[in-house]
Amino acid sequence: MSVWPNARAVPPEAPIPVFVDAPIRESVIQARGLGLTFATDGHRTVALTDVDLSIRKGEFVSLIGPSGCGKTTLLRLIADLQQASTGTLLVNGTTPAEARRQRAYGYVFQAPALYPWRSLERNVMLPLEVMGLPLAERKRRAARVLDLVGLADFRKRFPWQLSGGMQQRASIARALSFEPNLLLMDEPFGALDEITRDGLTLHLHQLWRRTGLTAVFVTHSVLEAVFLSTRIVVMSSRPGRVVAVIDSDLPAERDLDVRETSRFLAVAHAVRAALREGHGDA
Amino acid sequence: MTTLLLLGSLLTGGLVLALLARDDRPVFRIATPVVFGMLVLWLWQIVCTGYEVPLVLLPPPSAIAAAVVDHLPTLAADFRQTVLRAVIPGWAIGSGAGLLAAIALDASPFLRRGVLPLGSLVSAMPIVGIAPIMVMWFGFDWQSKAAVVVVMTFFPMLVNAAAGLGVTGAMEADLMRTYAAGYRQTLLKLRLPSALPFVFNALKLNATLALIGAIVAEFFGTPIVGMGFRISTQAARLNLDVVWAEIVMAALAGSISFALLALLERVVTFWHPSYH
Amino acid sequence: MRDRLSRALPLLCVLAILIAVWFAGSVAMNWDQAQDLADEDATWSDIAQATLALDRPLLPTPDQVASEMIRSMFGYPPTSPRSLVFHAGVTAWAAIVGFGIALLAGMALAIGIVHVRTLDRALMPWLIASQAVPVLAIAPMVVVVLGNVGLTGVLPKALIAGWLSFFPVTTGLVKGLRSSDPMQRDLMRTYSATEAQVFAKLRWPAAMSFLFPSMKVAAPLALVGAIVAELPTGAQAGLGARLLTGSYYGQTPQIWAALFMAAFLAMLAVALVDLTQALAAYTRGGRL
Repeated sequence: MSVWPNARAVPPEAPIPVFVDAPIRESVIQARGLGLTFATDGHRTVALTDVDLSIRKGEFVSLIGPSGCGKTTLLRLIADLQQASTGTLLVNGTTPAEARRQRAYGYVFQAPALYPWRSLERNVMLPLEVMGLPLAERKRRAARVLDLVGLADFRKRFPWQLSGGMQQRASIARALSFEPNLLLMDEPFGALDEITRDGLTLHLHQLWRRTGLTAVFVTHSVLEAVFLSTRIVVMSSRPGRVVAVIDSDLPAERDLDVRETSRFLAVAHAVRAALREGHGDA
Repeated sequence: MTTLLLLGSLLTGGLVLALLARDDRPVFRIATPVVFGMLVLWLWQIVCTGYEVPLVLLPPPSAIAAAVVDHLPTLAADFRQTVLRAVIPGWAIGSGAGLLAAIALDASPFLRRGVLPLGSLVSAMPIVGIAPIMVMWFGFDWQSKAAVVVVMTFFPMLVNAAAGLGVTGAMEADLMRTYAAGYRQTLLKLRLPSALPFVFNALKLNATLALIGAIVAEFFGTPIVGMGFRISTQAARLNLDVVWAEIVMAALAGSISFALLALLERVVTFWHPSYH
Repeated sequence: MRDRLSRALPLLCVLAILIAVWFAGSVAMNWDQAQDLADEDATWSDIAQATLALDRPLLPTPDQVASEMIRSMFGYPPTSPRSLVFHAGVTAWAAIVGFGIALLAGMALAIGIVHVRTLDRALMPWLIASQAVPVLAIAPMVVVVLGNVGLTGVLPKALIAGWLSFFPVTTGLVKGLRSSDPMQRDLMRTYSATEAQVFAKLRWPAAMSFLFPSMKVAAPLALVGAIVAELPTGAQAGLGARLLTGSYYGQTPQIWAALFMAAFLAMLAVALVDLTQALAAYTRGGRL
């Protein structure tokens, strides 16, 4: 049985314009000299130091590195879930706080974080409720985005009635329901088994191609990073910093078999080399 | 003769129970305690009647059943006075106030740190002791008993509801932040629903506390009606069959209200992991 | 140090607010009585001052309660029936005996329930159901009946106190004895350990973290049981009796003093359980 009962082939030409474009800018995210240091119990921990990064519209950027390299911290800074201590950070041309108030991005956590007392449909409608959209509009958008992730038949079910993979798909749908132009994901497939991960990775790629979103994706997995991304940012720890930025020149139309091509392996090799280098410096 | 019957019943009863206990099917899981209860009643009956235990010591179940039938009007009046007038309003007001107080405290971490330790401390205290003071303030009638119940049920709800409001996961809270949701929205859509299991826990606990509180408060003095009044006065006169009848009624009231609350809890918090 | 201060500060603030509200409450509630007793030409402030010093106030002030407590605790020798310490001791003794009985019986029954299937299936549902039943309601009957059989004094009170605290101890311990990780139990099976060994080495230590919270609930319950058991017979000694006589004779400071003493005993009981828990944890590397 396919993991994706409703998966559709992505039409190669005109990607379906599901999402309204934000005003086209050069960079959706721009970080200069970004750093975060915090003090706990008298120790100063440098979570992140001197990060320069530009992410342009439509890119899929992965942040990869060992534990403690600051990749999640960087994502949370972009999301205004934490505030930087040094440097500048622009999201959609304004401060992260303002971008958050404008609901510029959807955030996907490591766990689905769905509310167990709400059906899938109502979970997906949650951000729309917070934003005060009328019921009819909420239902319409929820239906559309659940269809997008292939969960339309399960919209009345409750999260605990579904598998981990389906819950995470629902979580992604929820992040997309208010049509942000930016998708931030923190190791969304980390808790799933490999077979489910493969299916979800492919699905995410197809989703990205259909919607033209800009995506920032934190991961531990080299395979995921190389498969999904247009650019891979390799980070290392102590202190958390960017070690290398690697462009991925794989064909736009991919399926899981591309992981065995030589181009794929070359990029993966480059990423691993950068990871080793970062580790050696530490 | 009686001893023979007693031993025989014990042996057969024990064997039957042991057999019933082996089976795991739902029917047997219900049957075993029920059979046990019936065995206890049976043994009680034959011990009391067979050994001619004086009624002022321990009446047999048959005498208690007769007393229930005979004194039904009195029992009904006592029920009305204690349960309908003191327990239910007191429980509702006390629990409601506790919940509101927990929500109010939620807004101020400073106050919360000060009030909650006091709250859990007071929950452990013999609050029933304020009954004479309540009588002084509100008079002998049901109002003073209801006041005792209000105070008794306030603190367990406060402590439990505050705990429930505090269990929100970091991820879920972050999620609301990414939606730029305000305090009120986060409270209504996230924190109150996740606090509901705790609230129900307190409601069930409070149901028992309310019944005990009202009855014991009546031990301190009450007009000529009420379950606590009946129990203490009839016990002093050694009319134990009436006392037992009241106790049976109290037990029924307690069990039924508990079962109703558990049912309501299942409907409202159907999503809780403990149900699946 | 700073951390302790920041934790104590909210508590002190709230206590200060409560005491202030209490004083204000005294003035408000005693106003009518003070006004009745005052002279024709008394001013507002005269009456207000009077509310704080009545003989039979509706709401005694904190200092009135405190001085009554000090008077009845230290003003008489501890063996005198006029001493609050004496009454506290009577109640506490009944509660302690009852609690001890509950612990022993509870442990025995819990071990039985966990190891004997028949007991588990037949008895456990009743134990759980009994928590919905107002057990204290039987107190008068027990006291009177036992009194008629000739058993007076500590025993009936201890039985009621024990009966109340028995349930949390047993249900908590049953939960605790069953709480050991199935993986740990499987490990014991691979060692061919006997039931007794599994109990001593795995189940009992694992149950400790459930036993102490249950004891924290049960100890104050034993105290409540002892106090309530003193009510029915118009008892002569104990905090319950003190509450009763105070209410009969309208001696409000006496009622409040007895109440505070009961509250203090409850705090002491919980603190003792905490201490025992800390000691037990200490012998196991600081964690239960």
